Amino acid sequence: MRMARTIALRVLDAVPTVLLVLTLVFFALRVLPGDPARVALGEFATPEQIAALHAKMGLDGPLAWQYLTFLRDVATLRFGTSFVSSEPVGAMLAQNLPYTIDLTVLATLFGVVMGLPLGVASARRRGGPVDFGARLFALLGYAIPDFYLGALLLIWLALDTGLFPISGGGEGAWDRFYHLILPAFTLGVIKAAFLSRLTRGALLETLGRDFVRTARAKGAREPRVVYRHALRNALLPVSNGLALSLLSTLSGAVAIELIFNRPGIGTMLVEAVSTRDYPVVQAGLVVFSLFVVAVNLLADLLNGVIDPRIRAAS
Amino acid sequence: MSGAEAFAEEEVAAPAPPSLAATLLRDPVTVVSCLFVLLVALAAIFAPFLVPYDPLAQSVLSANQPPSWQHWVGTDKFGRDILSRIIEGARTSALLGVSAPILAGISGTLLGVAAGYFGGWTDRIIGRFIDLLLAFPALLLGILIAAALGPGFFQLTATLTIAFAPRFARIARASSLSIREEPFVDAALLAGVSHWRIILRHVVPNIIGPVIVILTLEVASAIRLEAALSFIGLGTQPPEPSWGNIIRDGLDNMFGSAWPVISAGFAITATTLAINLIGDRIRDVLDPDTRE
Repeated sequence: MRMARTIALRVLDAVPTVLLVLTLVFFALRVLPGDPARVALGEFATPEQIAALHAKMGLDGPLAWQYLTFLRDVATLRFGTSFVSSEPVGAMLAQNLPYTIDLTVLATLFGVVMGLPLGVASARRRGGPVDFGARLFALLGYAIPDFYLGALLLIWLALDTGLFPISGGGEGAWDRFYHLILPAFTLGVIKAAFLSRLTRGALLETLGRDFVRTARAKGAREPRVVYRHALRNALLPVSNGLALSLLSTLSGAVAIELIFNRPGIGTMLVEAVSTRDYPVVQAGLVVFSLFVVAVNLLADLLNGVIDPRIRAAS
Repeated sequence: MSGAEAFAEEEVAAPAPPSLAATLLRDPVTVVSCLFVLLVALAAIFAPFLVPYDPLAQSVLSANQPPSWQHWVGTDKFGRDILSRIIEGARTSALLGVSAPILAGISGTLLGVAAGYFGGWTDRIIGRFIDLLLAFPALLLGILIAAALGPGFFQLTATLTIAFAPRFARIARASSLSIREEPFVDAALLAGVSHWRIILRHVVPNIIGPVIVILTLEVASAIRLEAALSFIGLGTQPPEPSWGNIIRDGLDNMFGSAWPVISAGFAITATTLAINLIGDRIRDVLDPDTRE
């Protein structure tokens, strides 16, 4: 019951943030100097043409009215129709979103499976060869852009050796998974670098604390000391970092989808920006922004699960 | 000053800590990193005199060449010299890498100090905004700005500045919040010292260390973000070269030659790595609590 109340309160607290984000997206596309209709039609468009396009885009009414219409569209997930394909934007989202979610989920899985154990191993044998390797890996992972790593893997594993498909999203469950591996691995490696460094730092910090010494003094075996006592207490910064990295994975997905020529929200958004397809741009940005808010919310709630003191405080 | 006074001062003065530069230059990894960054900076500044070919000059006859003595890292599908394009691209990277973090540092620090020092509603509004921007992926912000204003250099600068400012603001805010509570601030205010003077004398020196660390690391972030935005086609516009759009062009022509992708990506990675290494080292020196 108290848990439900805490969750409800946090969700309520996210509402102003969501409104702020939606307002930002709305006004960025309307109030900033740069008329979408003029941009779409070019410099030599006549005022009549621009007015006609304004009417079609729903940009001719009073701003407050447009804003309310926009909020209604978001609430009903309709988002109007695409200027380019005349498809309902809601349907385009429904079609593309699963691919981006697949990519983000598998990339996170790769990142956690590679990054956490590496960080733990690195902290347990501080200064050893594993630690050296892990730190080198983290340094490189921090430096290499995800899209460059993706391009290298594409050249090497798809073009040269033909082990993986070059482009597309795949048909059917197995083929879709096959198409997913390389893009997800790319983002997963970057995430693993980040997580291993974070885990190493957090674990080193808790391994030096009094309760770890107490646990050892009581005769607890080393794995129990590391996993049960130290790692559990190191999880808080790691879960925060995981949430943060989820967001960078999501934005990394934009470039990765382009490289591997995958369908997805990123591809849809970038294409829409370059063709000035404003309803689609708007919808893509809103979906991404809602993700951002949701991930932060989830991280907060997860912190409460990991550390009961935070739950009590809120 | 009398002799006795001079003597007393000498005794009180602690041995001067070695300067930041001296400490950094004792570490070989940092020295190599500094030299590499210097090399990139020089290439950016003197690009017009250094490029072996016109970075925009096309030549169908020499398209898609592998590295050779004429073209050290080969040519792209239009026969343009890749090395020249990478050197020219370094200009955009360097310009944004220097200007955006500085602009962000100034605006972010001002915002943070205003929020923390004056508190109340100013703080609540700025604080919420900072939190939002910190959570918002920079690439998404870049897409939003490019969608509203079209792609371009000014838009890149705006994106990077807005994306980086919150990190400075957060530190400035926290520091001015705690200073504000100090009794000596009230005493100084009573004595007629202005807010500005208190901020300059007590708040700014407190945050200068972390600000330098963030500033250094943001140089790398700026270069990467510019590359990412140019890669997805919303940053530097072709034919003007940038490290990001060289990779994009190269990907479209993957079967022709992989050299543009490999070499431009290497430029980004190596520069980022060098700057991160320097930044980490500066942090170890300025802020020993967080060293690994």
